[in-house]
Amino acid sequence: MASLSSPRSSLAPARPLHPLHAILLAFLFPLFLGTLASDLAYARTFQIQWANFAQWLNAGGLLLGGFALLWSLVGLIRHRGGDRRRLVHALLLLAAWVLGLVNALVHAKDAWAMMPEGLWLSAIAAVLALLASWTGYLGFREWA
Amino acid sequence: MRGLLMMTALAVLPLGVAAQTPATGATPELPDPQRALLPQMVIPRPAEWGDALPTVPEGFTVTAIATGLKIPRQTLVLPNGDILVAEGKGQGAPALRPKDVIAGFIKALGKSPEPGGNRLTLLRDADGDGTYEMQGVFAEGLNSPYGLALIDGGLFVANQDAVVRFDYTDGQTQASGPPVTLTDLPKAINHHWTKAMTASADGRFLYVGIGSNSNITERGMEAEEDRAMVWQIDARTGMHRPYATGLRNPTALTIQPDTGQLWAVVNERDEIGPDLVPDYLAAVQEGGFYGWPYSYWGQTVDPRAQPQDPDKVAAAIVPDYALGAHVAALGVAFSDPVMGEDFAEGVFVGMHGSWNRNPPVGYKVVFVPFRDGRPAGEAVDFMTGFLVDEDNTRGRPVGVTLDPRGALIVADDLSNTIWRVAPAR
Repeated sequence: MASLSSPRSSLAPARPLHPLHAILLAFLFPLFLGTLASDLAYARTFQIQWANFAQWLNAGGLLLGGFALLWSLVGLIRHRGGDRRRLVHALLLLAAWVLGLVNALVHAKDAWAMMPEGLWLSAIAAVLALLASWTGYLGFREWA
Repeated sequence: MRGLLMMTALAVLPLGVAAQTPATGATPELPDPQRALLPQMVIPRPAEWGDALPTVPEGFTVTAIATGLKIPRQTLVLPNGDILVAEGKGQGAPALRPKDVIAGFIKALGKSPEPGGNRLTLLRDADGDGTYEMQGVFAEGLNSPYGLALIDGGLFVANQDAVVRFDYTDGQTQASGPPVTLTDLPKAINHHWTKAMTASADGRFLYVGIGSNSNITERGMEAEEDRAMVWQIDARTGMHRPYATGLRNPTALTIQPDTGQLWAVVNERDEIGPDLVPDYLAAVQEGGFYGWPYSYWGQTVDPRAQPQDPDKVAAAIVPDYALGAHVAALGVAFSDPVMGEDFAEGVFVGMHGSWNRNPPVGYKVVFVPFRDGRPAGEAVDFMTGFLVDEDNTRGRPVGVTLDPRGALIVADDLSNTIWRVAPAR
């Protein structure tokens, strides 16, 4: 036990994210959640405008979430060997973003051709974005 | 045994490799729909003609009778032999989705940068030697004119938003005044903006083709009201009604000599594979429904269109003749014995060429032979040599019109040229 906990004991308490990083990370989950909600509305009504909303919300998530992802990846490299949570957060964020990209291509299919794959992808991407945000906002510890 | 081996060999080939040219004819093979994550886009870039000319059959000559036009689309041969050319480009439907922004940019790479002329140009060959020594503007200030028709003393032009009428007397080289609107046409969004037109044999009616407002309802079902149909319009009063529906994009209309039957070439839907769905040639039946958006080639359901309508699917008419998927047929004209024995009975079809198929198809004018007034047999190439290779094209054929003096007039909206193909004398 001691050998497992000893490296952690030399880590300082978690520090919150840099404000700009936090602002950038704030976009992904709500936008992906909006994508999912719009997909659900399209699936229920066949009203194409919901599919259009979904595509722009997803594209917005990719653009702004992309900056947050870059920040997280750079942080991962700068603090190599640091807090394990940094890696978990970056991987979750990467997974959410890549799924969002695939989802954008699926959503680009015309009309109902995006169903049901688009709906499933939106759901999984939203969950991943939630987990990535959660792990990110817990903050990262650094070597004391 | 050998046959069995061949079949096995074919079966293991990846999809899309086996079929180099899409199915044509009265009973085309329809493969299963397929759609990769990234749609295939192959846009041949514009190339110069230089000293090169299109390839035409042995015994025919080809000449450029007008150049430097502003996006020529359809042509009309007037009774005195003059040729009217409609020039226009459409204003482009608004981009609704991230995809529309990207696809619009890519497709523009294969088009002429010239803005459309929004005018009619008149060409005259006074001495009948095949050289059109006069080229002048007949009328300007039109709104993306496309379809043209003449009914004694009235020159009708189908703009992208209305049918308008000019007074016309033989030999006139310029419109005598602004046109009068006969009737407005559906113009909201105008995803497919071209309004093809022809006049009935008795001159009572005009037929106007109105394309769908989407590929496959991705702009919503509401946007498709009054779309994907052919209107019959009373040429005197402007009263109109749908004549046939479910025609995704009827890009050229013509009347069959002798029978008076209306024929159309129709561009079918995209994004379900390189060999789906065939563009087609059809004898348009009054009151007929041709499937779009619910189904294609008769009863093959397209689940992308929701909610579906099983009754409409059951009623869908199977078109007469498949021209091939993605060839983009934009011109049709009945031939005449004046075009020589081999091309005496049938239709010429101008094919603008594909943007979403590898290798590209179309980019030529073909002849579909007829027997007893119906398509009979394989289409043959009539005018080729537009495509230099898979990445470059010198031209893109649009409208085709028969000059009864003995020539086919072909509009080319990439090199902005009017071609004349005539039997050598």
